[in-house]
Amino acid sequence: MTEHDPELLNVPPGAPHDSMLSETISYVIGLALALILTGVSFWVASTGVLWGPGVATGLVVLAIAQMGVHLVFFLHITSGPDNTNNVLALAFGVLIVFLVMIGTIWIMAHMNANMGISPELMNLQMQH
Amino acid sequence: MTAGTEAPAIGLTHQGSEDTGLGHRGPESKSIVVPYGFWLFVLSDMVLFSALFASYATLVHATDGGPTTSQLFHRLLVAVETMALLVSSFVCGLAMIAAKRANMLWTQGWLLVTGFLGLIFISIELYEFATMIAEGAGPQRSAFLSAFFTLVGCHGAHVTCGLLWIGTMMAQIWTKGFQPHIMRRLLCLSVFWHALDIIWVAIFTIVYLIGTLP
Repeated sequence: MTEHDPELLNVPPGAPHDSMLSETISYVIGLALALILTGVSFWVASTGVLWGPGVATGLVVLAIAQMGVHLVFFLHITSGPDNTNNVLALAFGVLIVFLVMIGTIWIMAHMNANMGISPELMNLQMQH
Repeated sequence: MTAGTEAPAIGLTHQGSEDTGLGHRGPESKSIVVPYGFWLFVLSDMVLFSALFASYATLVHATDGGPTTSQLFHRLLVAVETMALLVSSFVCGLAMIAAKRANMLWTQGWLLVTGFLGLIFISIELYEFATMIAEGAGPQRSAFLSAFFTLVGCHGAHVTCGLLWIGTMMAQIWTKGFQPHIMRRLLCLSVFWHALDIIWVAIFTIVYLIGTLP
C-alpha cells in the first residue's frame, strides 16, 4: 500500500487510514486537542486576568485553531499528494468565507460610522 | 505504470512523471468522486453560513431596546451543547472505523451514540429557543434576534437533518450490509457531521462566548 497504487492517487475527504490503531489514535488525539482548545476558550472568556480588549481576538484565534484540528484529525485533510484536490477546494472555500465575512463587517461598520449619527441612534435605525 | 524502479514522487506529479491523474488511467472511481462532490457541497454550505455570520455580526448591536446578548445567553448550557456535539463527532469517527471493518454491532452501536448525543444537543437548543421566545425575545423582537435565530436555527436544522440521515443509514446498513454504495453514503454522512461541529465551533465562539464577555 504505497502512493504508487493507482487507487490511492486521490482519497476522498474523511477517508480513514490503514490500521485500526492509527485511525483510533488519530481520532483520540483530535478529541483531546479539541477538548483542550474548547476548555481554554471558555476559560479565556471567563477569567479576569487577561487584557480585556484582546480577549475577543484571542477567542477567534482559538476557534480557528480548533477548526484546523477538526479538519486534520476528523476529516483527515493532509498536505499529501493524494489530498491535493480536497485542499484546493478547501482553500477556495476559505477564501470565499473570509471575503464574505470580513468584507461585510468592514463595509457595514464604515457605512454606519459615515452616517454621522450616534451609535445609539443607529441602533434604533437598524431595528427592522 | 512501472512502479518500484522510478524516482520518488515529486510534488503534484506521481512517480516524477507528467501523469496528471487523468490520462490513460481514466476518471476516478465512484468511491472518490462521490465524497469529493459532497465535500464541495459542504464547503458551499460553509459559504452560506459565512453570509449568516456576516449579517449577525452587522446586526448584533441592533437590539431596538430589547434584550442584549449578555442578558440572554447562558454559558453552562452552551458548554454542555458543545461537549455533546464534540463527543458526537468523535464517536461518528469510531463508527466509521468499525464500518470499514464491516463490524455490524459496533457500527450500529457507535452510530446510535452519535445520534443520541446529537439529540441531546438539539434538545438543549430547542429548550433555549423556547425559553427565549417565552421571555418575549423571539425572532421578531429585534434585528439582532432575527439574525440570531436565523444563524443558530439554520445550524440546528442541519443537525436535525443529520439525525434523520443517521437513522436512515443505520436502517440501510442493517438491511443492505456494508456494500460499496452504502459505504459511500456513510462516508458522506461523517463528512457532514464533522462539518456541523466545525460550524458550531464558530457559533459558540462568536455568538455565545464573545457575546457574553464582561
